[in-house]
Amino acid sequence: MDIEFLLNGETVRIASQPATRTLLDWLRETRKLTGTKEGCNEGDCGACTVMVTSLLEDKLQHQALNACILFLPQLHGKSVRTVEGLKGPKGELHPVQTAMVEHHGSQCGFCTPGFVMSMATAHQNGFRNHDDMLAGNLCRCTGYAPIIRAADAAAKIPTPDWLTDELDQLQAMQPAKGQDIGGAYMPQTIAELANWYADNPDATLVGGATDVGLWVTKKLASLQKICLLGQIAEMRRIIVSETAIRIGASVNLNELQEVMAEHHPDFAEMIRRYGSNQVRGAATIGGNIANGSPIGDGPPALIALGATLHLRRGAERRDLLLEDFFVDYGKQDIQPGEFVEAVSVPRQTDTLKCYKISKRFDQDISAVCGCFNIVVTDQVVKSVRIAFGGMAATPKRALLVEKALLGQPWTDATIRSAIGEFSKDFQPIDDMRASAAYRLMVARNLLTRYFAETQLGQNYTRVLEVDA
Amino acid sequence: MSVNTPIAHDSGLMHVAGEARYTDDLPSPEGTLHLAFGLSEIAHGEIEAMDLDPVRKAPGVIAVLTALDLPGDNDVSTAGHDEPLLSDGTLHYHGQPIFLVIADSHLAARKAARLAAIDYVERPAILDIDAAIAANTVIEPPIEFLKGTPDEAINSAPHRISGRLEIGGQEHFYLEGQVALALPQEGGDMVVHSSTQHPSEIQHKVAEALSLPLHSVRIEVRRMGGGFGGKESQGNALAVACAVAARQTGQACKMRYDRDDDMVITGKRHEFRIDYRVGFDAEGRILAVDFTQYARCGWSQDLSLPVADRAMLHADNAYHLPHARIRSHRLRTNTVSNTAFRGFGGPQGVIGIERVIDHIAHELMIDPTEVRRVNYYQSFNHKAGETTPYHMEVTDSIIREMAEKLEKTAEYKARRIAIAEWNEKNPILKKGIALSPVKFGISFTLTFLNQAGALVHIYSDGTVHLNHGGTEMGQGLFTKVAQVAADAFGLPFKAIKITATDTGKVPNTSATAASSGSDLNGMAVKAACDQLRNRLIQFLKTEHGVKPAEIKFADGKVHVGKKVFTFAQIAAAAYQNRVSLSSTGFYATPDIEWDRIRGRGRPFYYFAYGVAVTEVVIDSLTGENRILRADILHDVGRSLNPAIDIGQIEGGYVQGVGWLTTEELVWDKRGRLMTHAPSTYKIPACSDRPDIFNIELWQRGLNREKTVYRSKAVGEPPLMLGISAFLALSNAIRACGDGTVYPALNAPATAEQILFAIERQRNGGRNGS
Repeated sequence: MDIEFLLNGETVRIASQPATRTLLDWLRETRKLTGTKEGCNEGDCGACTVMVTSLLEDKLQHQALNACILFLPQLHGKSVRTVEGLKGPKGELHPVQTAMVEHHGSQCGFCTPGFVMSMATAHQNGFRNHDDMLAGNLCRCTGYAPIIRAADAAAKIPTPDWLTDELDQLQAMQPAKGQDIGGAYMPQTIAELANWYADNPDATLVGGATDVGLWVTKKLASLQKICLLGQIAEMRRIIVSETAIRIGASVNLNELQEVMAEHHPDFAEMIRRYGSNQVRGAATIGGNIANGSPIGDGPPALIALGATLHLRRGAERRDLLLEDFFVDYGKQDIQPGEFVEAVSVPRQTDTLKCYKISKRFDQDISAVCGCFNIVVTDQVVKSVRIAFGGMAATPKRALLVEKALLGQPWTDATIRSAIGEFSKDFQPIDDMRASAAYRLMVARNLLTRYFAETQLGQNYTRVLEVDA
Repeated sequence: MSVNTPIAHDSGLMHVAGEARYTDDLPSPEGTLHLAFGLSEIAHGEIEAMDLDPVRKAPGVIAVLTALDLPGDNDVSTAGHDEPLLSDGTLHYHGQPIFLVIADSHLAARKAARLAAIDYVERPAILDIDAAIAANTVIEPPIEFLKGTPDEAINSAPHRISGRLEIGGQEHFYLEGQVALALPQEGGDMVVHSSTQHPSEIQHKVAEALSLPLHSVRIEVRRMGGGFGGKESQGNALAVACAVAARQTGQACKMRYDRDDDMVITGKRHEFRIDYRVGFDAEGRILAVDFTQYARCGWSQDLSLPVADRAMLHADNAYHLPHARIRSHRLRTNTVSNTAFRGFGGPQGVIGIERVIDHIAHELMIDPTEVRRVNYYQSFNHKAGETTPYHMEVTDSIIREMAEKLEKTAEYKARRIAIAEWNEKNPILKKGIALSPVKFGISFTLTFLNQAGALVHIYSDGTVHLNHGGTEMGQGLFTKVAQVAADAFGLPFKAIKITATDTGKVPNTSATAASSGSDLNGMAVKAACDQLRNRLIQFLKTEHGVKPAEIKFADGKVHVGKKVFTFAQIAAAAYQNRVSLSSTGFYATPDIEWDRIRGRGRPFYYFAYGVAVTEVVIDSLTGENRILRADILHDVGRSLNPAIDIGQIEGGYVQGVGWLTTEELVWDKRGRLMTHAPSTYKIPACSDRPDIFNIELWQRGLNREKTVYRSKAVGEPPLMLGISAFLALSNAIRACGDGTVYPALNAPATAEQILFAIERQRNGGRNGS
């Protein structure tokens, strides 16, 4: 069946395109809409940012997403707005466009359409934290200051009325539901997915395509059979009960950030620096876990929280501790046809601190990601879970360090004796992000930081908290 | 007046609407073919056998070309005739193009390019500075500038220190990757649209490749999505590939590098090592200095000779060096051929002497700004003629006044004290602050390049068509030059039509580089406009019987005695009276001459100055760091456009900070670049700019030389203001120990480098615990 979506307010139907054709290639090559630019083709520069609007329980959700790593079937039933569709019916500029000109926010102009679309989406959503909203848009000319001035100025102008009429259109659109939408299988329920995937274990499951997208655009893989998870509403739910927070595998990182802000704020702060707004809006926690990357930021935090993974194959379900899921580099405890349905975090008093160490603060992959969850009662360590990314072939607990801390008095001396255990827990490697020596030194120092934060507070340990 | 006003970028409205067309956006003819290179998988060696059948049989492939299939010269070098478009069998770096795929889509070409089966004979590769020194592989023999008797002066100085600074390279990361589109013409002629800073060189290389005279090849570029020097020579290969493929197939051919290919194939800023010996007195006054600069040039010459020259020419920065030796080694390595990058070697030279100043201050335990103050060149009104190490008299220095002013407005001294107090109270986080100046020489050091041409038409409706040899890469050149044209005719800015750079309109152009764009092209345009205006004045004088002084062009009107006409009326009348309404203009920079081998002369028409103060905070547990505040005072002479100039300063500073902090190029032991995409190579992001960012233009600025409206060049100099951030990091690191160990920080100062430097502070200068 055809893919159907709105493009700048007009309905488009796409029949004959490969299921992994990216929105960016289609816009530029087929539709000749060349305002959306290709800067990196991997979701790291934001030059291809478009606004994607979807209907969620009769409410509009506007997201800025990278068109270079969006497959066309992912847009089924949604609305896409490109820079060409931002002006008003009489050619009036959107407030962010006016502000960008007035504040000299463009120099070479190549990144500008992407910035404008991120800014317009933030404007539509009423988001004012522009550093976060624009962390995924790289500019090499301006040094960003005039762009931020433009975003601040535009925030004072109301949203133009010509952008608010998509609700009716999206409600009126009745996109086909079925086995094959534009060459991709698109189940509506978990049961459908479970049955189909058990029979088609060779298929590639696609959550947000922030990882799979690169297999196509960079490794030039030809994926013969893909299954898109985005339409399964049950897999997008977060259920907070008295005992656990159950997070559906298709929950995206922005949604996870929102729920964690309430329960484990430092996890939320780390997610703020996970990818960019565009990446977090697409990337799913299930994907972050299932791809088994040793440098994903979700697993260390979840392991430190004692998370349980819920796997399913056909009608069979099994649970395991998340840390046991990661067997070795590129090897997870998962069977053909089995998939991640959800992950659960036990409810607990928040003692979690998450430390993401990377070359750049925003939108960078961690060299080391250390997550510490230590409960101290009466100055004695009552429980401890410490997990790291970037230190081994998989996300991994620091079991010997934990052992050296458990039951010990919460003192400087305990910390000093425990940090020696890091080199027994971990033998990290040299790569382009950091050397093994740096990784190990930082891992040790992060325990010192955790201790210092319990004694002094974060104002004394985090450069992001220091005022100019 | 249009000049001196903050007019927005001429394409601003099109940028924000996605309507500004870049080369890949141009509507291309039906049947346009797409190209991709097959790349070397080894850093050094020969091709033993190559099976391209799988490439030829891949879906969508039209043809595959190797060096043997080329119709003309197999060379895309700037000067050395040492860079084949496609390998001649020898491989000099990992990523070198070997064969060319012509296919019916960009994706098909990319996919096919990976299917070749190549057997290599691998040879030992010279990958870094140490290996090149050991093997003595060079691009040219060492060059030396000598002033006075540095050895004697160092040996007899009251204080002496020596040290070494390693400086990493930098990827340009223009947001628009390299791209070209060739359109075959009748009679074998070729038109190429290229994202290039140097259309004339593209014209030359395409003509050589097709064995055509220059008049048969025309190059056009309306705008680039960023250049920064990376499109001065690195577009040659794509343009030539497109032209060759278009000749072969008879179809339009387009080529754009995927980002990873772009970063692997194209040259970068030169990595440098600088060894220094310096003698100084108790106040920190430099008595003599001896620099040895090692530049990692990569596998071919490209622009490495003038880049290394400019590093030498900036080894003094803003400081008078009574005795100096500057020796430069140009090292050949089996890595990508390094190329022009904003500053063109100047930044490496500048950071060398800034390190020396910082080291002297540490040695004397005094504020580095005090050391700077006693070493700055005297101001221009001073009688003593101080000379640079290349024997040019510095007659226009304003650095003392600028530094003094910024120290006050940035409250440098008070903040330095406050920072020391803050550091006392903070065991883990430490702040640092530093001031650094820049003096940057303006002119191409290859003197004949300092020329430019323009072509201006007035149409009979009074509208103006403007063309010149400069290219627009975002720096606002077209806007500034159009302001000059608008003022010449008293017209509003919008009356000037800015048109694409075109070798068919203005021939024999120099690259838009060396910050010289508006100096050269602004003057050429002014010359063309002045000629046209003089013709109109002559015509009106005769027609209306008035004196030339009674004719004024202002506010879109022409005042002729007491009568007032629209410019359109005058244009129409001139046309009716058979007055030529088209003119070329030409400019050549006066008063410059340079002997690069002897290291003597006046290579620069003038100097541009600037000064910055940066405050940072670092985390002594992780090396993480952040810029809290930057204050900049910069000299642009009398600004042609303050908004554009401030934009260049802000952007240049942030780009300079990126070079010295997060932008780390990593090669593996086989010579493969590991940081070949934005996922692994980290340019500054939005939140990396300083929290507080104050920028001021030097209000007393006025170029002493007769430049266009007495403005000064602004493209490159502000990049070097980022050095203040590097020095501030060093200052913060020093606060982590007892102050006895000099941090000797290398660039880029990644969190890792900073943490290791902190460890040395805490271990009495030794590495790691």
